[in-house]
Amino acid sequence: MVSELINANPVIYEKKERRVRSVPTAAADEYAVERIDQQEIFDHIRDIKDPEHPYSLEELKVITEDAIEVDDGRGYIRVTFTPTVEHCSMATVIGLCLRVKLLRSLPSRYKVDIRVAPGSHATEAAVNKQLNDKERVAAALENTNLLDMVDECISPSYE
Amino acid sequence: MELAKGLREIQKLEGHTDRVWSLAWNPVTGVAGIPLSFASCSGDKTVRIWEHNPSSSTSSWDCKAVLDETHTRTVRSCAWSPSGKFLATASFDATTAIWENVGGDYECVSTLEGHENEVKSVSWNPSGSLLATCGRDKTVWIWEVQPGNEFDCVAVLQGHTQDVKMVQWHPSRNLIFSCSYDNTVKIWADEGDDDDWACVQTLGETNNGHSSTVWALSFNDGGDKMVTCSDDLTLKIWGTDNEKMQSTDDFVPWRHLCTLSGYHDRTIFSVHWSRDNIIASGAADDTIRFFVENDDKDGLVDGPSYKMLLKKEKAHDMDINSVQWSPGEDRILASAADDGTIKIWALTSGRLMKEPFSLLLEQLCNCKCIFSFILVSIFGIT
Repeated sequence: MVSELINANPVIYEKKERRVRSVPTAAADEYAVERIDQQEIFDHIRDIKDPEHPYSLEELKVITEDAIEVDDGRGYIRVTFTPTVEHCSMATVIGLCLRVKLLRSLPSRYKVDIRVAPGSHATEAAVNKQLNDKERVAAALENTNLLDMVDECISPSYE
Repeated sequence: MELAKGLREIQKLEGHTDRVWSLAWNPVTGVAGIPLSFASCSGDKTVRIWEHNPSSSTSSWDCKAVLDETHTRTVRSCAWSPSGKFLATASFDATTAIWENVGGDYECVSTLEGHENEVKSVSWNPSGSLLATCGRDKTVWIWEVQPGNEFDCVAVLQGHTQDVKMVQWHPSRNLIFSCSYDNTVKIWADEGDDDDWACVQTLGETNNGHSSTVWALSFNDGGDKMVTCSDDLTLKIWGTDNEKMQSTDDFVPWRHLCTLSGYHDRTIFSVHWSRDNIIASGAADDTIRFFVENDDKDGLVDGPSYKMLLKKEKAHDMDINSVQWSPGEDRILASAADDGTIKIWALTSGRLMKEPFSLLLEQLCNCKCIFSFILVSIFGIT
């Protein structure tokens, strides 16, 4: 990987307390369509590891629960992430990790958009366009080295 | 004009184990008693050949062949030669394979290598003597068919600044059209006699073009109109001067005629213009839409305008990547999607009746116009 870190001294934030999701037990109909909310999406992606630091995206505040938008009716989800530095060349890798993790975690009816927070990246438009071009994403994920890197970042940490 | 009144799902075809990217009808089928047939290609690295079985009691579609163990990555698109004898397949593995149909068996007879990385689209010229390919390396390659299944690269066209998504030969002229991640459509012509290909026109945002990736394009039967579709959620109609095109060998420029917006609400991946002038579009909103030219001219708009004829929401469970009209007389459409399935549809015809509701709306609009005219003329209120 990179010999010199892009952001050598990232700020580490405290993890948010894990809430137990309140599932109404009375309506525990296993055939009912389960609604997906911000918190569930956040739980899927908070533990993704940063590609260059031993910290999670949550600890680096790359993602927050507030930066997740869910339109459950239409099945549209948008995740906005904030790279730790403006010139972060890892932004596309982080975006790919978010995309792959959600692809593997959510039912296929959901449509996911991933973007960097406005003003948080030097090549914001280019990064966003690439992350939302599914053909480029599909091609990238056929690259074994890149896929290994993504798998490493999204693998469970068993802490 | 006979217009459509409904879309009927005939069959859902399963077999691919990953998203289906593209499909292509064999152009010599569906006529003279030859059953309709098409090819589909997928992220599962295979190509499948499907054929209509009119003799079966349910009139079903069957998978006749699986073309595998040649491409090592996603097969992104496929195209039949005009004779229907050869199938070209473009793959992320940087190659284009040529398959020969020998009595229903398909044999890979040639592999075209040259692109640096992913090949995304392939198209035969109308006579089947030339092939064009394009890909992520920003180039369009032209290949000449030689005896003995040899293909020689005769030109590499450079001009796009990004990934070229689709390449398409004009149905009658010696012109190549390519669309790209750089938001433009480029038109290429053979300027001299000696494979001296050059870009003769770029349709970009400054010419009323698209503001994001252009994914696909399709020509009308006459070849004087073209429709493009984009990540900017619009379809655009372009036209050229047909009379001038017939009377000269020189390139006749294309211009923007109209933009269809406010329909699909996610990326439009595919568009196809039928022989009887119905435009079908398929998008990431899982919806297929149909458009026709508006024939009630009111004299207020320059050039043609188009209206939506019909839409089919939830046509698939996931993104629709390809919609293609069949050859032959029937209005058969095939669609391919991220859900790994292909669906065959019939557009059932009948005279298009105006629904009472839309009539009412129209009357209301007319009333409103008159009402505001009165307001303006009496009170000067706008």
